[in-house]
Amino acid sequence: MRVEMFVFVVSGAICVAGALGVVLFRNPVHNALSLVATLFGVAVLFVAQGAYFLAAIQVIVYAGAIVVLFLFVIMLLGVDQDDDVRFEPIPGIRIAAVIVGISLLGMSLIALLSSPDVVTGAPSALAPLDPATPDVNRIGAALFTDYIYAFEITAVLLTIAVVGAVMLSRQSPEVPLDTEEFPDGTMASELAIRREETSVADSVDTDGPEPADAEIAADAAGSE
Amino acid sequence: MIGLLAHTPDDLAAGNFSHSVSWSAIAPALILMLGGILLLVIVSVFRGKLSSGFFTAWTVIVAGGAIAAAIPLWHDVQEDGARSEMAGSVGLDGFSLFVTGVICISVIFAALFLDGYLRREKLEGPEWYVLLLLSAAGGVTMASANDLLVLFVGLEILSIAVYILAAMHSRRVTSQEAGLKYFVLGAFSSAFLLYGIAFVYGGTGTTNLVSINIFLADNVITQNGLLLAGLALLLVGFGFKIAAVPFHLWTPDVYQGAPTPVVTYMAGGVKVAAFAGMIRVFVVTFGPTYVNEWRPMVYALAVLSLVVGALMAIVQTNVKRMLAFSSISHAGFILLGVLASSDQGTAAALFYLLVYTFMVAGSFGVATLIGRTGDGRQNLGDYRGLGRSRPGLALTFTVFLLAQAGVPLTGGFMAKLYVIGAIVESGMTVLALIAMLSAVISAFLYLRIVVSMYFEASTDSADSEEPAELSGPPVRIPKLAGLALGLALVAVLALGIVPGPATRVAGDATAELVPEVEVPQ
Repeated sequence: MRVEMFVFVVSGAICVAGALGVVLFRNPVHNALSLVATLFGVAVLFVAQGAYFLAAIQVIVYAGAIVVLFLFVIMLLGVDQDDDVRFEPIPGIRIAAVIVGISLLGMSLIALLSSPDVVTGAPSALAPLDPATPDVNRIGAALFTDYIYAFEITAVLLTIAVVGAVMLSRQSPEVPLDTEEFPDGTMASELAIRREETSVADSVDTDGPEPADAEIAADAAGSE
Repeated sequence: MIGLLAHTPDDLAAGNFSHSVSWSAIAPALILMLGGILLLVIVSVFRGKLSSGFFTAWTVIVAGGAIAAAIPLWHDVQEDGARSEMAGSVGLDGFSLFVTGVICISVIFAALFLDGYLRREKLEGPEWYVLLLLSAAGGVTMASANDLLVLFVGLEILSIAVYILAAMHSRRVTSQEAGLKYFVLGAFSSAFLLYGIAFVYGGTGTTNLVSINIFLADNVITQNGLLLAGLALLLVGFGFKIAAVPFHLWTPDVYQGAPTPVVTYMAGGVKVAAFAGMIRVFVVTFGPTYVNEWRPMVYALAVLSLVVGALMAIVQTNVKRMLAFSSISHAGFILLGVLASSDQGTAAALFYLLVYTFMVAGSFGVATLIGRTGDGRQNLGDYRGLGRSRPGLALTFTVFLLAQAGVPLTGGFMAKLYVIGAIVESGMTVLALIAMLSAVISAFLYLRIVVSMYFEASTDSADSEEPAELSGPPVRIPKLAGLALGLALVAVLALGIVPGPATRVAGDATAELVPEVEVPQ
C-alpha cells in the first residue's frame, strides 16, 4: 500500500469518527471536541494534497477560533445535557432521518464510485505543482483575479451579519404584543402580565435542581 | 479559467493574470450595496435627527436608481449583445437586467409598506431598510452570476438578510420563532446547494457557468454520476428558496410569523432571485446538454407544488397561511416556464415573475393593513365586513385575489396563459392540464376570502340580519401604503389589459452565457 493511501485512510477514519462523535455524544462539550478531531483530519488531508496554507488555515480558523466560539456559547448559555434528545416531535422521525441519511450516503458513494477516478489519495492538481511558487501565491492570485468578485462581495455578507447580530440582541423597550400561547396578539397588555408569571414558572420547570432555582421554586410554591 | 489552480507559474511570473474591472457592468448591484451601507453611515452621523420618512425615501430612491442604472445597460446589451465581466463571473444580459428591475420593484413596495408599519408597531430602525437594500444587492448578484461561487455568495447575502428581517419584530414572539425556523432550515438547504456546487465542480472541473457550458458541449462524460448527484443537490437548494413542494414546509410558518411588509419582499424579491439563479443554472447552463436528466425531477416538483399548494390552501383559516400556500402553487406555475427549457419558457417565467411581484406585494400589503397593531388579525373572520367598512380596500384586495386566481383582464391571467402555452409548445400537455386543474382549485380559495369580505354575515345568530361589521380597531391606511396599493393595482390591471410591451421586454430578456473577452494588456 502506498504511503498516500495510508495517510488518506487514517485521516479519513479520524474525520468519520469525529463526525460520528459530534452526533452521538450526549455531552455538548464532547460534541464540540469531536468536531476538532474532524477538522484536524481534514487538515491532514490538505497537507497530503500539498495545500499547506489551507491546512494551516483549517487548524487556526476552524479548530482554533470557531470551535472555541462553540465552546464559549455552550458554557455561557449552559446547554442542558440531554435537552432535546428525548423529545420526538413527529413519531418515527428518527428512523426516517436514518433512512434518509443512509440513502444520501449511498447516493454519494454511487456518485464517487461511478466517476472515472478511483480514490488513491494521490495529489490532484490541474496545474503542475512548482515548488518555486508557494501555494499562498497561487491562492492569492486566484482569489484576486478569477474569483475577485466573489471575494469582494463577501464584505456585504459580513456587514449583514454585524447589523443582524446588533439588531437581534437588542431588546425592545415596548410591551410585547403576543405570547407563544396567543400568537394573534389579542389582549396584549393583559397577556404581558400573564407572560411574566409564566416565565417564572417555566424557569422553575426546566432548570435542574440547582440551589438558586430550588429557592425560587420554594418561593413560588410558598406564594401560591 | 478551468480549475482553481488554473494559472501556471509562468502566468504568475509574467504578471499575466489581470482582468479588467468593469464598474458599469455591476452598477445596479453596486448602487444597492452602497445605498445600504451609506444609509447606515448617515444614520450613525445624524443620530436621532432623521425622521423615519427619510429612510423610506432613501430606499425608494436607491432602488429606483438601480433600475435607472440598469436601463442604459439594457440598451447596450440589446445593441451589442450580452457579455461577461469581472473575470467572467458576472453575466450581463437581458435576463439579469430584467430580474434586477423586478427585484428593485419588490424592494420599493416593501419599503412603502414598512413606513407605516414601523410607526404603527412602534418599532425603531433604519436597519430594516439597510437589510432590505443589501438583500436586494444579493439577489441582483445572484441573478447576474456567471459563476457558481458568486451565485452562492449572492444567495447567502440575499437569504441571511431576510432571516434577520423575519425575526426583527422584537415585540412579537412569533416573529422571532419564524426567523429562527427560517434560519435553521435555510442554512440546511444552503449546505445542500454548496454540496451540489462541489459535486458539479468535481464533475466538470470548474465553477464558471460559461466554462461548464463549453465543457459539456465539447465532451461527453461517460460516467456522470458525480454531475448528476450535483444537479440533484443543486435542485434541493433552489427548491427550498422557491418554496417548491416537498421543500416548502417552512413557508406557511415563516410567512405567518414574519412581519407582513417583509413577507411582500420574501414572497416577491427573494423568490424572483431564486428563480433567476435556477434558470441560469438549469436552463441556460445545463439546458442544452442535460435537460433530459433534470426535467423529470423538476416535473415532479412542479406537479407536487401545483397540487399540494392548491389543496392545502383550502383548509387554512389564517389568510397569511392561505397566501403562503397560494405562493407555493404560483411557484409550481413558474416552474412550468423553467421546465419548458426554451427561450419562450424563460420569457413566460419572467413575465409571470413580474406580474407575481405586483400581485403578491398588493395582497400582503392589504394583509399588513388588516393585521392592525400586533400584526396578528389575520384569521378569515378578521376580514369579515371589510366590504362595508373599507369598500375601497376590499375592492383592491378582491382585484389582487382575482388576479392570483387568473381571471381574464388581469395580469395573472396572461401570466398563466403564457407559461401554459410554453409548456404545451414543449409537448407536455398532461402537465398543462394539471396546471389548469390546480388553477380551478385555488380559485375556490381566493373566492372564499372575497365571500368573507363581502357576503358573510356576523357569526351571532341573533344579528344575522344585520350587516356584518369589521371587528376590532378601525383599519387605517397610511398614505404611502395607499400609494403602493394603488400602484400595484394599476400594474396588475395594465399587465392584463395591455400585456404587449411587458411581454416584448420579457421576450428580449434572453439569458446567454458568453465567454469573457480578454482585453489585451
